[in-house]
Amino acid sequence: MREYGTKVVAGVTPGKAGETVDGVPVYDSCFEAVDATGANASIVFVPAPYAKDAAIEAIEAGVELLVIITERIPFHDCLDIMPYARSRGCRVIGPNCPGVISPGKAKAGIMPNHIFKPGDVGVISRSGTLTYEIVNAITEAGFGQSTCIGIGGDPVIGTSMPEALELLAKDRQTKRIVVVGEIGGTTEEETAKRARRIRKRVYAYIAGRTAPPGRRMGHAGAIISRGLGTAETKIKAFEAAGVPVAGYPVEIATLLGSD
Amino acid sequence: MKFYEYKAHEIFRKYGIRVPRGVLATRPEEIVDPPFPCVVKAQVLVGGRGKAGGIKFARTLEEARENARSILGMSIGPYTVRQVYLQEMLDIDQELYLSITIDRSARAPLLMASVQGGVDIESVPENRIFRMHIPPLVGVQPYLLRALAKALALPEEIATQVSDIAGKAYALFRGEDAELVEINPLAVLKDGRVMAGDAKLIIDDNAEYRHPEYADLPQDRTPLEEDPEKVNQAFEILLKANPSVILLNIFGGITKADTVALGVKEALEEMHVNVPVVARIKGVNEGRAREILAGIGHPADTVEEAAEIAVKASTGGA
Repeated sequence: MREYGTKVVAGVTPGKAGETVDGVPVYDSCFEAVDATGANASIVFVPAPYAKDAAIEAIEAGVELLVIITERIPFHDCLDIMPYARSRGCRVIGPNCPGVISPGKAKAGIMPNHIFKPGDVGVISRSGTLTYEIVNAITEAGFGQSTCIGIGGDPVIGTSMPEALELLAKDRQTKRIVVVGEIGGTTEEETAKRARRIRKRVYAYIAGRTAPPGRRMGHAGAIISRGLGTAETKIKAFEAAGVPVAGYPVEIATLLGSD
Repeated sequence: MKFYEYKAHEIFRKYGIRVPRGVLATRPEEIVDPPFPCVVKAQVLVGGRGKAGGIKFARTLEEARENARSILGMSIGPYTVRQVYLQEMLDIDQELYLSITIDRSARAPLLMASVQGGVDIESVPENRIFRMHIPPLVGVQPYLLRALAKALALPEEIATQVSDIAGKAYALFRGEDAELVEINPLAVLKDGRVMAGDAKLIIDDNAEYRHPEYADLPQDRTPLEEDPEKVNQAFEILLKANPSVILLNIFGGITKADTVALGVKEALEEMHVNVPVVARIKGVNEGRAREILAGIGHPADTVEEAAEIAVKASTGGA
């Protein structure tokens, strides 16, 4: 992240105050770290059982942006973290995500630097590896990215796909937006609806076209999804909204090139 | 984590939700004093056990043991029945529906209920299903139960019990890290009591560490989920499927591609894998990874290239 220009000013590990890692001072708590450095964003790597504690501590210490990389956090913990963050005016990205990057400017995440290039394509993705795949293809095709947001694939996330779309729609550097979805849930269908209302061109790819139907979540799952949530319904929703859908990941670059 | 019916009932009971009386048996001789009349039910983690003959009625001890004997050892889907649950038969007047699950779109728990419960719940029109999100920071508040009671329009003595169960179901949902708490039917008995006729419970796998009490229960997991880290085991599992070619595709973020490649190399050598392996590994030090794999498999740069090589290899072309 520092290599990328992000000002990493502090680390927090309880009991390790006074140490330094690569020249970055370590503090016992987020409060002390924010007090000493004025940090306004925090990135959480701590293991799942301690992630909720770390997240709430960072929110209480006053950070405005919280990126949670940790995977396998019980979603009941996220049910507490997300509305609490919102009530304190803190934007959360993740969990279970690669983070967020504005190529050439800053990165709060774990994505590989070398595949990114500054440009005007915004990318929103539920999946880590697929993001890399598609970003790589975009860069190789000669385009670049404004901001890439890995929103994470968990049931309860801080910034949803439609919200991320709104954010990029408002961003001046972003001219076109690529949405990378997956089967399950109805967030892509909702994003497609939102895509109709924004002026920028949106492109989509949906992973899992050939996947067998997922496990049943009782009758409740069926009642909530109302037949939506499959690759087919998502692709249809995007196409109905005038969003071109790529057949395979790198085809996104071809679609960008043909417009 | 899914639960056998009897176990789910046990947990519902713990939260004060009334469920039918029942006893568990693994052998017919163990059955001595079941509630009569009773339903003998196969304990499996899949649906469709009624159709498979895994649910039978009994009025006498003879019948109960006889039915248990025929159900135990039966195959239902991928499972062999090892346990039967003998459950009191309910004198049901009306079947309601109640569930709490996570609504991903709203990122909040969703309470759903209907006076038209039972097996056809999925075809009940949307406007006949009450749904309201539960704000997770404060939980079920009285307004929610008032709205529920109004929507279901049940007689007061029934509505009070349904509200009580809804509150307890939410306590269970939160307390047990559940993804789904579903009561279908929520049975209104002829004697006026309301009880969970059936109890479905799914717990978030990520929260297993908070529930060591369930660690010994049999799980319906695929082998891949058991231990995703170990390359060796992954290959072992793959090889069991008798593949004609193995395609490995990794696009790592901070993952060191060369470390992965070394792991793959070791696994391949150790396990004497004799099918072609096509590997496309990107990430930190991907050049080194390519070198490491060059001697043993077919390295590829892109996923498309890897897929083409794999198809060729599987049809004997490479």
